[in-house]
Amino acid sequence: MTNHWIDIRNADVILIMGSNAAENHPISFKYVLEAQEKGAKLLSVDPRFTRTSSKADLYAPLRSGTDIAFLGGMINYIIENNLYHSEYMQLHTNATFLINPDFKMPGELDGLFSGYDADKRKYDKSTWSFQRDANGIPLTDQSMQDPNCVLQLLKKHFSRYSVEVVSDITGTPQEKLTEVYKIYGSTGVAGRAATIMYAMGWTQHTVGTQNIRTMAIIQLLLGNIGIAGGGVNALRGESNVQGSTDHCLLFHILPGYLPTPKADWDSLAKYIEKSTPKTTDPDSANWWSNRSKYITSLLRAHFDTALTAEDDFGYSLLPKLDTGQNASWLMLFDRMIKGDIKGFFAWGQNPACSGSNANKVRKALTQLDWMVTVNLFDNETASFWKGPDMNPAEIDTEVFFLPVAASFEKEGSITNSGRWAQWRYQAVAPLGNSRHDSVVMNELYYRVAQLYKSEGGAFPEAITKLSWNYGFKGIDGKIDHIDIHAVAKEINGYFLEDKEIKGKLYKKGELVPSFAFLQDDGSTSSGNWLYCNSYNENGNMMARRSQKDPTGVGLYPEWSWCWPVNRRILYNRASVDANGVPWNKERPVIWWAGGSWKGDVPDGGWKPLSQAGTKKSFIMLPDGVAAIFSAGMNEGPFPEHYEPLECPIEKNPMSGTKNNPIIKLFFTDGGLEVDAFYSYDQRYPYVATTYRVTEHWQTGVMTRNTPWLLEMQPSMFVELSPELAKDKGITNGDMCVVSSGRGKVEAVAIVTKRFRPFKVQGTIIHQVGLPWCYGWTTPNVGDSANLLTPTIGDGNTMIPETKAFQVNIEKRG
Amino acid sequence: MERKAFMIDTSRCIACRGCQVACKQWNKLSAESAVNSGSYENPPQLTSHLYNKIEFVETDENGEFKWLFLNKRCLHCSEAGCMKVCPSVGALYRTHDGLVGFNKEKCIGCNYCVNGCPFDIPRYDAQNKISKCHGCFDRVENGLQPACVKACPTGTLMFGDRNELITKAKGTGKEIYGETALNGLGVMYLLDNKPQDYNLAVNPTIPTSIFLWKDVIKPLGILGFWGSVGVAMLHYVTVGPKQLEEDVEEKGGNHE
Repeated sequence: MTNHWIDIRNADVILIMGSNAAENHPISFKYVLEAQEKGAKLLSVDPRFTRTSSKADLYAPLRSGTDIAFLGGMINYIIENNLYHSEYMQLHTNATFLINPDFKMPGELDGLFSGYDADKRKYDKSTWSFQRDANGIPLTDQSMQDPNCVLQLLKKHFSRYSVEVVSDITGTPQEKLTEVYKIYGSTGVAGRAATIMYAMGWTQHTVGTQNIRTMAIIQLLLGNIGIAGGGVNALRGESNVQGSTDHCLLFHILPGYLPTPKADWDSLAKYIEKSTPKTTDPDSANWWSNRSKYITSLLRAHFDTALTAEDDFGYSLLPKLDTGQNASWLMLFDRMIKGDIKGFFAWGQNPACSGSNANKVRKALTQLDWMVTVNLFDNETASFWKGPDMNPAEIDTEVFFLPVAASFEKEGSITNSGRWAQWRYQAVAPLGNSRHDSVVMNELYYRVAQLYKSEGGAFPEAITKLSWNYGFKGIDGKIDHIDIHAVAKEINGYFLEDKEIKGKLYKKGELVPSFAFLQDDGSTSSGNWLYCNSYNENGNMMARRSQKDPTGVGLYPEWSWCWPVNRRILYNRASVDANGVPWNKERPVIWWAGGSWKGDVPDGGWKPLSQAGTKKSFIMLPDGVAAIFSAGMNEGPFPEHYEPLECPIEKNPMSGTKNNPIIKLFFTDGGLEVDAFYSYDQRYPYVATTYRVTEHWQTGVMTRNTPWLLEMQPSMFVELSPELAKDKGITNGDMCVVSSGRGKVEAVAIVTKRFRPFKVQGTIIHQVGLPWCYGWTTPNVGDSANLLTPTIGDGNTMIPETKAFQVNIEKRG
Repeated sequence: MERKAFMIDTSRCIACRGCQVACKQWNKLSAESAVNSGSYENPPQLTSHLYNKIEFVETDENGEFKWLFLNKRCLHCSEAGCMKVCPSVGALYRTHDGLVGFNKEKCIGCNYCVNGCPFDIPRYDAQNKISKCHGCFDRVENGLQPACVKACPTGTLMFGDRNELITKAKGTGKEIYGETALNGLGVMYLLDNKPQDYNLAVNPTIPTSIFLWKDVIKPLGILGFWGSVGVAMLHYVTVGPKQLEEDVEEKGGNHE
């Protein structure tokens, strides 16, 4: 979230699309309802009428996978009706920038941008560029009238997304589209705010990243980024997903969103040179120019501090990606099923149910030599070898199960969607032989290190040179009790030697006050620069519980701690005009008074933009302004509608380019049968989507083992419209079989008007929906909807497309 | 002491059913095996192990589709049909806070309260004893909120001084269901739709036969009742227990 949960109450319009907050983030509704009570309008856009929709002022249905068309229509409506916030765009975005005249858009190139290479399925982005002067500063037209400026190109591109065209793609009635656009577009004035609450309904598509880009563009047009009640707000699906991402859960990043080194970045100097964004603009802060300090401090936290600058502080010990390697989720199991992976830790996860195309995942596990599952309960991954269609006699995978403690049984921090790192305490001791995860990790580290020491092996230093200072070490060098505070302090970082900064001496061993003090000479450590300031000489900031709210807009600056440097609303310098006066004086986030900023921690402490010697407001981007036009995306600088890989129609109504042209196709010539897909195929005529329910959590490993919760949602179901039910001779409560090209599940039919048939391209399209919280290890509940979902990922992140695919449904014989 | 009550604002309910679970947790009620029979509403009825539940109602009037949620439970009537009809003194009783409590030890399993209730609330457990929401009187008398109210994340469920709740609700301009019915219900609703849409009686009344029972027959018949209990005991001693499962199934059991 750019903003945070409580801030939802500051919104005048709330769009819930690509998420189902009432069911999956019920606590958020405390703030949604608070906003509504003050007059805010709640818009619910979803293929299915949900518990969220039940509370909405306006519900609009759309066919799964058509969000860009829906939102593209909104961009068109906003521009056509002059609803955008010109002054905001001129100050804080690249709407005024002039684009390379050779740049071409999908309207001219049948769905493609200039530079597409069909053989490589990749773009040459050289035309996706700004016109720059001799000093490299982008040329602009402040009037935003130049036909080559970003706003005019945006207008031209989205002029193709008329309400009629959009309705014909999404299946949303035209009047509903216009109503949503009108209400949302009403916030393009100073003093009004709209927020978007989205989740996996947007990300898990082949165009997932572009779904969010489209919304980001809308928020920038309307001046809704940086303000209270605004922002682009991802509702995280687990209480600590934000924390795990911040601390490098994903393959392409190290802690603090530093890029993972590549194999040919063979020295620290090369890493810094290759990965540090550059700008020649003196008015751009280009905060990532501090990369060298953050990576160096990270290495100082990771590895033995006896390593010196000559050793690159241990840079060579970091794992590296091969050139062009993608090690995302889908690739992991693709390599596993091909026998390329020997061992696998499934730690706190259940891929046999959560992974898209779960049959492929389950087969892949049979190819492993060994697997360690670390979890609270037995689950479909741990017991895959005795699951449906498995013959244990033929499976050689050796499986270990390590029981671990639940969150209530351990102390530590969690970071919520609003980026608040909140300290939690142990409520009860772990049950039986289950251990704290840190205990398991400590044992693993110690034993693996001992094996390297006694037996040697390839590349031992990556383990033996790790710093591991999390408690008192016994005579054998082993820590008996991991001090979780020591971990938190290492994440914050220490001064490793006496250091004078801005006239003040910091002693060796002191905690670094904040990331502005981190150094690239090896004198500081920080396990995650973004969390530097979370645990400093004033104590554990994450454990704070003050309910003071000095601004009155619910920032609660002394409740827990928020990254970065306790800034509660990101990009908050865009919440003010050039003189530092808030667009909304009733709900100010920051304001310039008496020569300094008041309110939230400003996004860079420079003076207001009208004053000399300042820096632009979007400090993380090299050009210093928010990107309405972004060459960072793989499939185009503006979003374009492409159909899901599996869709119910023959052609993309927008162009001759049916699917996202740069997605990695798994099922091509010579591909695995298990990855087959079936688009516009009579065998699988119905659109399907998957979701969670309030009563269960993720794959249900915890909730299926909680009888009170299982009682409320006892087994697998499929929701469908009365019209489709009639066509198929299905009545409410019938047991059905839902099948796709990859698998099938049995499910109880819930026949409900909450699903309506869509009218798309003159034909009736039906959609069904299924939850993925069940699995065969719990008796009589059915199995996961992910047995049906395809092997295909987003064009930028490779997150699987589980939210739009094709199925058939029949009453069970 | 001032009468306490629940005010339930259905416009705030997102059917998360935290109330159902919190109630089970506090009252140590085990889960029952449930089967999805084409609805989110599981278990489908109140049972002896389910004191409150959310009813899910889909309405479609003039093309306007709605999904309504109602927290169903004992309404703690001022003029409580169950109490009027109960032949066993103290089995059903008025708590200090004005709620309708029960004492299983005094319940004789006659099932009369089931007929006396205009809202189809009382259920009988496997031991043939009364079960229903008692407003967490054990929590309330110790200054705590009922478990369901404590768990509710959206403020749908409110509990407190009845008059204060009414005054506050009137400030919102919404119509209150149950302010005066049966001399004032202990559970009042602020409804989004008409009471009928939630399967709530527009004018709940205790069956007139109950008045006849309470005011005429019960005083005369109570002696006779105990007489028949005596006969039943004799029957038990000589013949054996009557099989009551069928009745339990109908009134309180899970239809699945």
